[in-house]
This record gives sequence, C-alpha cells and structure tokens, in this order.
Amino acid sequence: MNLFDLTIHELREKLEKREITSVQLTKCYLDRIKEVDEKTKAYVTVCGEYALNRAKEIDEKYAKGEKLGPLAGIPIAIKDNICTKGIKTTCSSKMLENFIPPYNATVIEKLNAEDAIILGKLNMDEFAMGASNERSAFFKTKNPWNLNKVPGGSSGGSASCVGANLATATLGSDTGGSIRQPASFCGVVGLKPTYGRVSRYGLVAFASSLDQIGPLTKDVTDSAIMLNAISGKDNMDTTSANVEVKDYTKALINDVKGLKIGVPKEYMGEGISEDVKDAINKAIEVYKSLGATVEECSIPVTKYALPAYYIISGAEASSNLGRFDGIRYGYRTKNYSTLSDIYRNSRSEGFGEEVKRRILTGTYVLSSGYYDAYYKKAQKVRTKVINEYKEMFEKYDVILTPVSPTTAYDLNSKVNNPVEMYLADICTVSVNIAGVPAISVPCGFGKDNMPIGMQLIGKHFDEETILRAAYTYEQNTNWHTMKADI
Amino acid sequence: MNITKEQLKHIANLSNLSFNDEELEKYLVDMTGIVDFVNQLNEINTDDVEITTSILGEYNIFREDEIKESFDRELLIQNAPDSQDGMFKIPRVIE
Amino acid sequence: MDYEVVIGLEVHAELATKTKIYCGCSTEFGGDPNTHCCPVCTGMPGALPVLNKKVVEYAVKAGLAMNCEIARDSKQDRKNYFYPDLPKAYQISQFDMPLCENGHVEIEVDGQKKNIGITRIHIEEDAGKLNHDQYGGGALVDLNRACVPLIEIVSEPDIRSAEEAKAYVEKLKSILEYLEVSDCKMQEGSLRADVNLSIRKKGETKFGTRTETKNLNSFRSIVRAIEFEIERQIEAVENGEEIYQETRRWDDDRGIGYAMRTKENADDYRYFPEPDLSLIKLSEDYINNLKDNLPEMPDSRKARYVSELGLPEYDATIITASKKMADFFEGALTVCSNAKSISNWLMGDFTRLLGEKEMEIENVPFSAQDLGELVNLIDSGKISSAIAKKVFEEMFESGKQPKVIVEEKGLVQISDEGAIKEIVLKVLENNPQSIADFKAGKDKALGFLVGQAMKESRGKANPQMLNKMFLEELNK
Repeated sequence: MNLFDLTIHELREKLEKREITSVQLTKCYLDRIKEVDEKTKAYVTVCGEYALNRAKEIDEKYAKGEKLGPLAGIPIAIKDNICTKGIKTTCSSKMLENFIPPYNATVIEKLNAEDAIILGKLNMDEFAMGASNERSAFFKTKNPWNLNKVPGGSSGGSASCVGANLATATLGSDTGGSIRQPASFCGVVGLKPTYGRVSRYGLVAFASSLDQIGPLTKDVTDSAIMLNAISGKDNMDTTSANVEVKDYTKALINDVKGLKIGVPKEYMGEGISEDVKDAINKAIEVYKSLGATVEECSIPVTKYALPAYYIISGAEASSNLGRFDGIRYGYRTKNYSTLSDIYRNSRSEGFGEEVKRRILTGTYVLSSGYYDAYYKKAQKVRTKVINEYKEMFEKYDVILTPVSPTTAYDLNSKVNNPVEMYLADICTVSVNIAGVPAISVPCGFGKDNMPIGMQLIGKHFDEETILRAAYTYEQNTNWHTMKADI
Repeated sequence: MNITKEQLKHIANLSNLSFNDEELEKYLVDMTGIVDFVNQLNEINTDDVEITTSILGEYNIFREDEIKESFDRELLIQNAPDSQDGMFKIPRVIE
Repeated sequence: MDYEVVIGLEVHAELATKTKIYCGCSTEFGGDPNTHCCPVCTGMPGALPVLNKKVVEYAVKAGLAMNCEIARDSKQDRKNYFYPDLPKAYQISQFDMPLCENGHVEIEVDGQKKNIGITRIHIEEDAGKLNHDQYGGGALVDLNRACVPLIEIVSEPDIRSAEEAKAYVEKLKSILEYLEVSDCKMQEGSLRADVNLSIRKKGETKFGTRTETKNLNSFRSIVRAIEFEIERQIEAVENGEEIYQETRRWDDDRGIGYAMRTKENADDYRYFPEPDLSLIKLSEDYINNLKDNLPEMPDSRKARYVSELGLPEYDATIITASKKMADFFEGALTVCSNAKSISNWLMGDFTRLLGEKEMEIENVPFSAQDLGELVNLIDSGKISSAIAKKVFEEMFESGKQPKVIVEEKGLVQISDEGAIKEIVLKVLENNPQSIADFKAGKDKALGFLVGQAMKESRGKANPQMLNKMFLEELNK
C-alpha cells in the first residue's frame, strides 16, 4: 500500500504515531505529482517548497507533542478560484494568469489553523463556468480513469487530483454542480454544503447566491473531517450563516433503518442513461436492504430550476466579473491608447468564450426592458423550487438522484453546443437554487468502465443526515475502494 | 422574445466586450439558443410568488463601526498592470 | 416670454462614521493614496462587503429629521457601470427599497417659507478619486475614498430658483450637522449636489426636458451653475433649439457648464438585489428610540434664541444655520449674558476672520468661553471696543485668553482722570486750529480731537471720558 492511497483519517493516525512524518508524506505526493500530473494535468501551480517547509514546521509540532488538529500534516490541494495569499490564484483564466492575492480566503485560514499543508492550486473551467474542465484557458485536465475522458467540471482539477491520488483531499466550489459532477465522473466523494455553511470570503465569485465551497475526498469520513474544518460563521461573509457547526464525524453512523428516502421520477426518466439508472436502482436496493424506506416522488418545478439557474448565475456573474477591467490587477491589453480600449480589449482578450457567453446572458437578462421577464421571473421560480424542496423534506429525510445523466464523456465531444452542455446540469442545479446540501458518492461503473455517482440531497443545514446515509452506503459497498489505475 | 443583432451589440457594449463581425454572428447563434432555452420559464405560472432576495432569509447582518488596520499598500498594488506614486495608472479620462 | 424653472436636487453627504460602509478601513480624509484600503474597498477578487451598522443608524436619523417615513424592510442593490474610480464595476446602492421616503424640509427665501419635498434617502458607497498625473498626461486612481458611506437625499422637483436651491442645501447641511451624522465639509467633497433642471413656460403643467449637472461642491457653484443652466436653456428654447436630456459638468474656474461626452451605455445600470448582503429590517422600537433621542434641530434652537434670549430673528437664523456656530454661541453664553453682543461678534469679526483664514470653527485656537470673557471685558469697561477688535485678532493668532493678551500688551483702558487730562491737554496744545474751529461752531473738530487723543493713547483711553474732558476744557 502506498501512502498516497490512504485517507485523511488513516494518515492522521500514522502521523500521530510517528510512523510517518509529514515531510515524508509531502515528498511522496510531490514525487507522484511529478510522475502522474503530466498525464492528468490537475495542477496549475504546485508549491513544493512552501509545502515542504510547512511540513517541517508541523513535524516539529508533532515532535514536541503539541495538540494538533485533525488535518495536521495532511497535504491538501485547492481549486484555483480560492484566494491564497502569496500563491497565484488564476481561476484558470488568462485574465488572472499572474494574479497573486494579497490575502487568504477564510477557508485557507481555517486549513492553516488546522495545520493542513497546501500542496498547490488546481485547474478548473475558467471562472468556474463549465462542466468538463475544457474551458480552462491553460490546458485540459484529464480523467484519471481514462485519459481520453473529461474529469467533469468546473472543479475538474479537484476531482481528478483526488481520483489520481495527487493530494489526500481537495477543495472545490459548487455553483450548479461543480463539485458533485466531477466527483461523480472521477469516482470520488464530493460534498456541496448548505449555502451559508462555509464562508465564501476569498472565493472568486461566479454567482454569489449559489456559490459554495466544499471538499472532494476519497471517502465519506474524510468529507466529514474536511467539513468540520471549513464550516462556520465568518464575520467577513454576510451570507455565512450563524448556525451551530456540529462535529460531522459524529454523524458517521452505519445505520439507515427507518430513514425515508425520496427518489424524484423527474431525474430517473428521459435523458438519463441506462447505466446510470441501473446503478441508482441498485443503490436503492442497497438502502432498502439496510432498512430504509425508498419511495418514488415528484418535484415537477425543478425542471425549471435549470433555465432559472442560467439566468440568475449569468446575472450575478455579469456583475461579479465587471471588476476585471485591466486597472488594479489582472490582464491588461497591450493594445490601447484610451481608457475605453483598456476596458474593451483587456476583457475581450482576457476572457474565454464561455465566460463571455455568460456575461452576455447576464447582461441581457438584467438590461432595461428584460429584467422582469427574465431575472425577476427566475427569482420567482427560485422561490417555487425552494418551496417544493421544503414540501419534499416534510415527507423525506433524504432525496436520492443521479448526479449526472451520463458518465464522463470524451474530451472535445461536447464543447460546441453550449445548451447541450447546460442540460447535463439538470440533476445538480436545483440543489444550488434551493441552497440545500448534497453529496455525490460513487455507486458503480458504466459499461465504459467509468465511475457513476449518486446524489443525496438533505435539508438546509442537515449535512449530518446525508453524511450518515452516504457513510452507511459506503460501509456496505466497496465502490470507494476502487482506484483508477494510473 | 428573442435576441436581435442590435441587442447583442448593445449588451456587448454594456459588458465592455467587443466582437468582430464573425464573432458577432457566432455569439448571435449561441445567444439565440440560450435565450430560447431560458424562455421555457414562460411555461410556469408565478403570479402570486414572491421573489427570492435572500436565500437563508437572514437579515440585519451588520458589523460594528470599528477600525480595522488597512492593508499594506504594496500588497494592494502589486498586481497592477501599471502604477505610479502608489496609485493605479490609467490613460487620461476624457469626460 | 416668462419661464418657470423646475429644479430637483440629489445631495450626497458622506456620513461621519469612523469606518467605511463595507469594511473596517478608516474614512479619514487625506492620507497617502491607497493607504486606507483593503481587499474589500479595492474590489479584490473574492472580497465581500459587510454593512456598517452605524450607516443605517445615521441614515435613519437623517430621515427622521427630514420628516421621512422609515422603511421597515429595506435592501441594497448593485448599480452596474464601468468607471476607473469604481473598483468593483458596480456601486452598492439602494434601488427600489430605500431606507427613507416621503419627507420634507422647510426653507425660507426673502421671508417666504416653503416646503421642499424629499422623495427618498438611501445609503450607498462613495467612489475613489482620479488624480491627474502631473507629468505623463495619464490619470492615477486613489481608492481611499472608495467605500466611504454616503446618503443620497433626493428632492422632489419643488425648487424654483437658485436661491431656493441654496437655501435648501443650507438647510440639509445644517440638519446633518445638528444630527452629527455628516461633517458636511464641502471643500473636501463630503457634501455635494447634482442639479436636475428644466424650464417650462409659465402656466404649463408638463415638465420640460431636464439636464443633470453633477458634482457641485460649493454653494457658489450651485448658484452659478443653476443660473448658467437656466439662461442656457431659455436661450436654446427661444432660438427654437431642442434641450437634450444629458449629464453636464460645471467648470467653476471658467464659470461655464458643458455636456459630458455621452456614452451610449450610460443609462442602463442593470440594478439587481445585492446577493452578498442581507436584508435590513427595522423595528418600531429601533426607529422610536432614534426618534426620541434626536438632538434639537436648527428651527427649534432659532425659536428659542428669539424668545428666550431676545435675539433678533435675523441673528438667530444666521447663528443657528451651523450647529458649530450655535454651539459656540451657547458656549460663550455660559460665561457671559450679553447674547446680542456675542451674536454681533460671531456674525461680524468671527465670521470674517474664519473666512480670511479659511478656518473651520473646530480649528479656532480659543474657546467659546474666551469670546464670552472678551465681551465681559468690554461690558465692564476694562477695554474699549476698538481695543477688543485687536485683542480678538490676537486671540485668533495665538489662542491666548483675552485677559492675558490685555495684560501682556498693557491694553487696559485708561480711565484714570489725571492720565486722561494729561492726554487731553497735550492734544489741545498741539492742535490750536481745532480749538479755533470748535469755537467757531464746527462740532466736527471735537471728533478730530478725540481721535487724536485715542491715537496718542494707542487706543487705550476711555473714549467717553475723553469726550467729556475735551468739552470741559474747550468750554472753559
């Protein structure tokens, strides 16, 4: 067994017992990155020296017998839209290719406080807009299970990285499925916490009312450990909620007896591949056999969550991305004489196609004469989606759906049709629209030998129930032990 | 309701994005598809529905009026494409 | 042809909070460029705003003092536009749910009282500053002022002349100063006005096309810009030209207004609710508590000065226009009961010297009590009014107490009969012609002689005694 195969909780024990040192572990990862990342291309920046220095500091703390946090000495990598002081944060965009943040995101401060080790920054779809990682301005990250397949997105680097054992765990961000879908494509566990559970301070905003940071991990236990580390009210983020942070590892109970699970028929019908349906149906059988009650249910409005999502996220993005104007930071065109040239040319040259499409969409739906028909309408639909979920959660503890209609697809097979790409988000976006938490857990493989994930959706701030359901499933199946051969 | 070339030019202008003719044609096709797609919302009745303005419904999240130390200026301008005397430099602004 | 002028004002006042509206950086004016800044107010990627509680309190106080209805539910919105002084490319402001609505203030012009309606008061963030690069012809962006809290007070189009506009802004300024929610230093840009102006033929009920002249930051420029714009519009109409709805600037040095280069995208701000901030909900208790604790407003103080202190209405108006002036006045009254004399000093030499020295009241080097003491020195006959003027100037220079100045410089009035007589005899001896004139019936000669005696005594001789003694000597 290699060190890089181990989970946080396994490694933490070895570190505690001084069977291994953090420097040893960090070196092991750096060597593996050198060897494997050429193929999977998950990292935009590897900060080897920084990581080794941190590892040394933490080993000293271990040596002194200091009381250390659950992440002490564990190498973790970060999606490149989360600000790291002194370490480039590019959002995989030409616009921020050389941007060095003057401050740390709150989640980074929290990881540092727990003595985690930041290994580097991970590739993504530019500004988190995309679902395949093919929208990175730098290079395309590959799926560790098959290098001809996409890793999903936008946190494709974060998922591929865990799937290929290039970090013990990673952080991603999820606006419409950006943690869960790549987690499902790469056979790892991805958690999108409740909106407001984790501070967004320092997350380069895509869509402020939908974005949420969350962990991608090798198993459900690690997911709970990571959630413990990053959760909580932050005075720097008005939208972070003043709701008690539980010890989520306490929710890891191997028992779903009496748990009520709803399976919305809307997500098991047309458009969902047979492989995915099969895997989900088998997972349902597992839950039934463990004593949960599983019922078909219906959430008809969620169909409209998708267009509402593209309106709301576009509107917010068009405004959030206005600040990239070539004045205070970021790309500035070489081709200018006037201020207007700086604006137009820097933005036109600095942003990629998909980003421009979203900005145009957002500008359109907010512009004079269209606001009511689009933006306002979408916010009303949002209210309906929230209400529909509320009603569902009066009947069920957990809602179970596929994560993605298909397994990971071939590179370059879909990029030309934006709307077709958007449709693939059908199972995930309503969760962001409603602000509820959801976890993606490996639940099988397709005929193409690519991983399939199931999504467990919970009530606001009830991460415990979905973690428990996911943990129980994991303990009674062995999908999570299967590794990409790379 | 769908988007015309004139509207596309207008919103590109509002967004400070510029396109050549070829790009404009391409984005017009894409945007037509997107607008068609979001027009689905017309199928759903929302007459008596309030808009969502706050996802968690929390209110009055304030900070006290207490000074926090400002940042070292160097850190704030280190990323500037052009700067002078501790300020961000741009071409002359004509009003 | 007679025209009616229709003016509405948007007045921006910086609030006197210690920190900015959405971050903990200082709002202090000045400071090296970009040193009162952080990731939030420079619009760094990932930074988020958190609303300063005091901003809400100050805005609500202003609303209450201007007779507004206070919203129970209010929200903040983004106003999207590109400008180099606006680091996020949107300004956080309020669109359709402002904190305060439907108020009014009373103004007085030429003895005529009139209510000016206030449409709304909302909170928003200020923008940074563009400095011109001395050498290269570029511009330099300083974000110290970015994110400083503002209230925007929008009036109804109730104003009909430059004088009314001036009186209205003066009234707002004095209310805000009394509330201590804004220091209203116009020369530092903490109070500035945008003027919306149109003209129409008398009797016409429809409004004409209006123009907006932005960023006027002195009373003088408000008045001049309005007069200029009225004249320009009338001339245009008389010449059959069209008035365009446009944004204009006022060049105070050259005394002209001009249209800004219009951008095609100028007016589509794409407002939408700010997703990074929470809703504001104000309880009855919160509002009532602020209402009950509002300080005394200028109108009420003015009435009190007239009825209780017997000040003329004119004096009371001037003294109460500025809270600092009124406070100074009341400070002087704590040691001196001669209200009218204190008021004369404040309206006269005090105001003149402030102007000459371009000084704010809070920077005056002596205390209000010192002014009271000065008046006491005059009233008790210790110094003459002429000497008092000199003492007062010296107080402005050195900040010393009047008594100290009088002693140090030996300025105590000479009221000793022997000393006065000595001076009188000397002056008479040197001016035989005046004696002759007086005897020939020219009364003016007496004035001349007294003047000479004052000169001789370096202003210290008691003038009443001089007068009396000259008459005695001349009539001998």
